[in-house]
Amino acid sequence: MAGSMVTSEFLVEVDHQRCRRCKRCILNCGFGVFDFQNMTTADSSKCVACHRCVVFCPEEAITITRNPLAFKEHPSWEVDRRKAIWKQAQSSGMILTGMGNDLPWLNVFDHLLIDACQVTNPSIDPLREPMELKTFLGRKPDRLEVSADNGGFRLQTEVGNNVELAVPIMFSGMSYGSVSLNVHKSLAIAAEKLGTVMNTGEGGLHPELTPYTDHIIVQCASGRFGVHSDYLNAGVAVEIKIGQGAKPGIGGHLPGEKIGREVSGTRMIPVGTDALSPAPHHDIYSIEDLRQLIYALKEATGYKPVSVKIATVHNVAAIASGIARAGADIIYLDGFRGGTGASPAVIRDHVGIPVEIAIAVVDKQLRSEGIRNLVSIIAAGGIRSSADVAKAIALGADAVGVGTAALIALGCRLCQKCYTGNCSWGIATQRPELTDRLDPDWGAERLVNLINAWSLELKEVLGALGVNAVESLRGNRERLRALGLDSTTMDILDVKPAGR
Amino acid sequence: MSKAATGREEELKSVTVDATGVYYRELNHRVRELVDEGYREIILDGVNGQRYIGDGLVDDVTIIINGVAGNDLGAFMDGPTVIVNDNAQDGVANTMNSGKIVVRGHAGDVLGYGMRGGKVFVTGDVGYRVGIHMKSYKEQVPVIVAGGRAGDFFGEYMAGGVMVLLGLGEEPPLTGDYLGTGMHGGNIFLRGPVFEDQLGKEVRQFPLDEEDRCFLEGLLEEFAADAGMDLSGVKTDEFSKLSPFSHRPYGNMYCY
Ligand code: SF4
Ligand code: SF4
Repeated sequence: MAGSMVTSEFLVEVDHQRCRRCKRCILNCGFGVFDFQNMTTADSSKCVACHRCVVFCPEEAITITRNPLAFKEHPSWEVDRRKAIWKQAQSSGMILTGMGNDLPWLNVFDHLLIDACQVTNPSIDPLREPMELKTFLGRKPDRLEVSADNGGFRLQTEVGNNVELAVPIMFSGMSYGSVSLNVHKSLAIAAEKLGTVMNTGEGGLHPELTPYTDHIIVQCASGRFGVHSDYLNAGVAVEIKIGQGAKPGIGGHLPGEKIGREVSGTRMIPVGTDALSPAPHHDIYSIEDLRQLIYALKEATGYKPVSVKIATVHNVAAIASGIARAGADIIYLDGFRGGTGASPAVIRDHVGIPVEIAIAVVDKQLRSEGIRNLVSIIAAGGIRSSADVAKAIALGADAVGVGTAALIALGCRLCQKCYTGNCSWGIATQRPELTDRLDPDWGAERLVNLINAWSLELKEVLGALGVNAVESLRGNRERLRALGLDSTTMDILDVKPAGR
Repeated sequence: MSKAATGREEELKSVTVDATGVYYRELNHRVRELVDEGYREIILDGVNGQRYIGDGLVDDVTIIINGVAGNDLGAFMDGPTVIVNDNAQDGVANTMNSGKIVVRGHAGDVLGYGMRGGKVFVTGDVGYRVGIHMKSYKEQVPVIVAGGRAGDFFGEYMAGGVMVLLGLGEEPPLTGDYLGTGMHGGNIFLRGPVFEDQLGKEVRQFPLDEEDRCFLEGLLEEFAADAGMDLSGVKTDEFSKLSPFSHRPYGNMYCY
């Protein structure tokens, strides 16, 4: 009997006419596809289509194609379903996967259109006039009291700690352990240059990031890895991670193989042990318990802003209201398209709701309760472009978080094999020969370029809308129209159909 | 003798604060101020449920609490010694990194959650979910000892450290159900027999070795001194030892 019934997804072909036997592909492939016996050979069954070999072959001698092997078509037994069954019949395990939901669910962002000024009100040229993208995250006072002072005015109300962002875009939490230290460094350097923040994720803070702590949010998750007093005080804010869009309601297991000396140091656990994050925080079984942890963190940090990250699930609006009332300063909504280093596919692909809908219902709920000023809303999990940023903000977000887009900027090909630890691009791996590939300065430059490009585009959008500050777009659903959404969804989003 | 038992050292700058009716935020602010002013022993009188005492404190100070300590006593704490001359509520030593907490009374639920170092001694009972995800790191080995009994989920997900229940004047079983569920590191010592149906499926009973006995003896001596109790009747050979039999309880759940 053959070893596996699962046929290769991709075919790797080496053009031996072109190949000059430099063996670069052997070194570059993290998945061990290539070998050399008189000539370059390839084991297609291991290929994940990460393109590292293709990009680095000096002779363009390598082609990766989808395996054209014919399967008898069946509309409800797609090939991937059949393959999953073969794998599970062989191993009895859950199917594990990486990155975000890859099922073709409706993408609400792609059914929203942005308004622009014509004739009756003038648009603004961002090249000529200043456009404000600055964003403050955190609690805003109920009212401002101002007193006259020497012919000027003085603010009397004490405004609590806020996190200042030069752009309404931050980098999402990705732990050191799931990604390499060079990814963390790239994000930290870029965050400093851009005047925004990166988020440690739940794996602790590596000492080499210390110079950038003014641009870092530290995370406190259920496993409490690397969480201690100095860590909590290092960043500009602390985030309690309740859930993650790619795996709402479940914990995480970073396998012992990935806990080498350095990762063990930041997580503060012994080398080689599994890092198990329990599904819930076992000190949080209620909103009251959440409040207790929020204030424990505030007490430990001299009242730094506390963010609470949740996966967007069915009752997200009521949950968010509870979080706001529990004393959080920021609510981080991670939609069901959010990425992950490893998640069971059944959870990643079928649990949660789109962030677009979550933003709209949370913003509406908090407004209706008169508590929208208590918290800032960050939207993440499926932000792919500046258009998504603009739409998320118009739906009611204060800012967005980008994870997958940042990794793509660093070379990620979305092969979805992050959980193997073999990432050829040196991103989702701890193998030193692979992590060395990502130079943090090069990475940071690409991240800065990406966010600067999105910022330019965002300013163009604002100009077209005839406003000169991102603040004027926040929650301004009147400037959105829906195309091809059903009326219930439009009602939930509070967005009119195009033409009305 | 431990520091807690010997009380004050030479030239200890000591101060007493009346905490009666003081809101926790002001009280903890005051404690921090006193620490910054150089006080090394802070006595809090009239404490009645104020939360977060010692939260995030990293200095070498002793806080003596006369009254019932509120939730999250010593959360994220890294170094201080806290003595409670009464009961403590939930969340004692939450994610504590180092230091010592002695409760001369009972303590509530979720004690020592994610605790990474230091010691917690409770003379009486402890509640549910005690020592969940406790872990050790390098020379840091967190220790929890309680004189009485505990509720369900004792040592769940435990990844390192030591937990001991003395069950003084109690009949076994000393804990509720789901004892050590998901445990993948550390040791639990319970005085008297343990019943198989209480155990999580990742944990088993092992015989005590010489090292365990030696460790327990030292620990019991320290506990007796801090608690002001006579433990001469407690013998190390009365204990059952529970340890995980795999450090990778969830290693084979996935396929790619
Ligand atoms: S896994 Fe990546 S590097 Fe390896 S052969 Fe396939 S495309 Fe090339
Ligand atoms: S991070 Fe690496 S392993 Fe993960 S999807 Fe991107 S290229 Fe693949």
